[in-house]
Amino acid sequence: MSVLVYNENWDGKFKKLSYELVSYAKAVAGMTGGTVTALSIGNVDQDELSSLGAYGANSVLSVAGVSEGLDNQLYTQIIAAAMEKSGAKVLVLANNNTGKAIAPRLSVKLKAGLASGVTAVPESVDPLVVSKKVFSGKAYGKVKVLSGSAILTLAQNSYEINETGGSAAVEAFEPGVDASSALTTIKDVQKQEGKLLLTDADVVISGGRGMKSGDNWAPIEELAAVLEGATACSRPVSDEGWRPHEEHTGQTGKIIAPNLYMAFGISGAIQHLAGVNSSKCIVAVNTDKDAPIFESADYGIVGDALKVLPELISEIKAAKAQ
Amino acid sequence: MRILVCISNVPDTTTKVKFSADNTSFDDGGVQWIINPWDELALTRAMELKEDTSNGVSRVTVVSVGPASVEPTLRKALAIGADDAIRVDGEAGDAHYVAAQLASVAGSGDFGVILCGIESSDYNGSAVGGMLSEILDVPSVSAISGLTMNGEEVTITRDIDGGKEEVSVPAPFVGVVQKGIAKEPRIAAMRGIMMARKKPLQVVPAVDAETLTETQEFAMPEPKAPCKMVEADNVKELVGLLQNEAKVL
Repeated sequence: MSVLVYNENWDGKFKKLSYELVSYAKAVAGMTGGTVTALSIGNVDQDELSSLGAYGANSVLSVAGVSEGLDNQLYTQIIAAAMEKSGAKVLVLANNNTGKAIAPRLSVKLKAGLASGVTAVPESVDPLVVSKKVFSGKAYGKVKVLSGSAILTLAQNSYEINETGGSAAVEAFEPGVDASSALTTIKDVQKQEGKLLLTDADVVISGGRGMKSGDNWAPIEELAAVLEGATACSRPVSDEGWRPHEEHTGQTGKIIAPNLYMAFGISGAIQHLAGVNSSKCIVAVNTDKDAPIFESADYGIVGDALKVLPELISEIKAAKAQ
Repeated sequence: MRILVCISNVPDTTTKVKFSADNTSFDDGGVQWIINPWDELALTRAMELKEDTSNGVSRVTVVSVGPASVEPTLRKALAIGADDAIRVDGEAGDAHYVAAQLASVAGSGDFGVILCGIESSDYNGSAVGGMLSEILDVPSVSAISGLTMNGEEVTITRDIDGGKEEVSVPAPFVGVVQKGIAKEPRIAAMRGIMMARKKPLQVVPAVDAETLTETQEFAMPEPKAPCKMVEADNVKELVGLLQNEAKVL
């Protein structure tokens, strides 16, 4: 069974997520000895495109000359055309903003059942049955796809990157759609250049109400800098305006799955845990020994985050210096 | 212009999730049902847009797909301020089935803006809004954290990786909204609750539609090992554990 994987680019470059997606697509195709075709839309150079081969793409279709500003209808048409051209029965996308915008449209257009936010390869391919988290991570549901083809969106940071080596043949693909038909007008773009994205970070340092004031964030930022991570916060903190809303992590905020999540002064309301419970390792520091965060944490300290943080920073610096 | 807000009836987000003995269905015993949090934000924003009369929003309609048991949730939406409600009488099979029902309702009215939450807090599918737009063959914008109107002209703020974009699409369109679209969900006041009883709640039959997926079985995550506690005056030990045991430093 062949697989098409859509690889978004960021200013002409792929990132960790892209390689995770191709590795996943390779594993899905490998269940039946099928091939993997990667699709790129926008201007990406040849070397970058063929690099996808190192993670398992057999070939790459490149659609250039399309604006990278997302028009959901146009992108849906292009990806549907690539599905037809590649003969794939399974389409893989990321479960990020872009994937969430276009996967459901494609599900209707291709009459392909959608399983979103999957975290592992399907347990069977015919019929396709795959597990995904439901109830905001409180349980798993086994989804059976009833249609002939399927769309899977992969939860970020849930699949191991597998570098197999090799490079893929790149083919310019003309999808036969009218790029000027896009109805989305992009009036303004505001991007924070050079800042590590919360959803991309391997390490996330997060603070809650126990930090007592927005003025006390320097040690959170310092620890994040030492560990090359990003900063986050709980909902009360962003509601108070101590930190920007972009940092709010939880059910209605950002959903993250870093390798290390450190929560300082966060009690761990169920809505907060829904945003972080996929983290590989959770460390919690809180004054209340009965705080629910300790039920989800792997390591914990009962203590004042403001006192523990400076010590932790110096111990980590010392450990890293060795 | 009329606004349609699609509402999903979901268990309260603090619910302890349980399943039937054979793990094939959600056990709703003792569960409190609420408006899906993102749908509630969408409704709040729709009410704000209507209240500013310069926007020319004539009506805000809410719609939900489900049996009679979803009606209290629709009444709650009416109490918050929606003008009228529609219940499509059918069991919400999968996202595609629900989207097809919503499309039938949306297509039968003169709605300029159709709003859906970015996901439901139960199945976390992030699917219905996008599917609805494709069935209707209208534009869609996802991850919306801001929506303003200037007469018929709608300006949308959507989140992209590491930033925001300001975009516009012609109406009618489907807007898939997330946090930020409204500051706080609006809470129904007593007057709204009284008025909601008299507002129209229309029940329409379901249309024939395909289901493309089926959730066969549920499972609880593996129980977690208990948290390893370290004394507050022994931060060095924690660093050692993170380095040598968890191997995350």
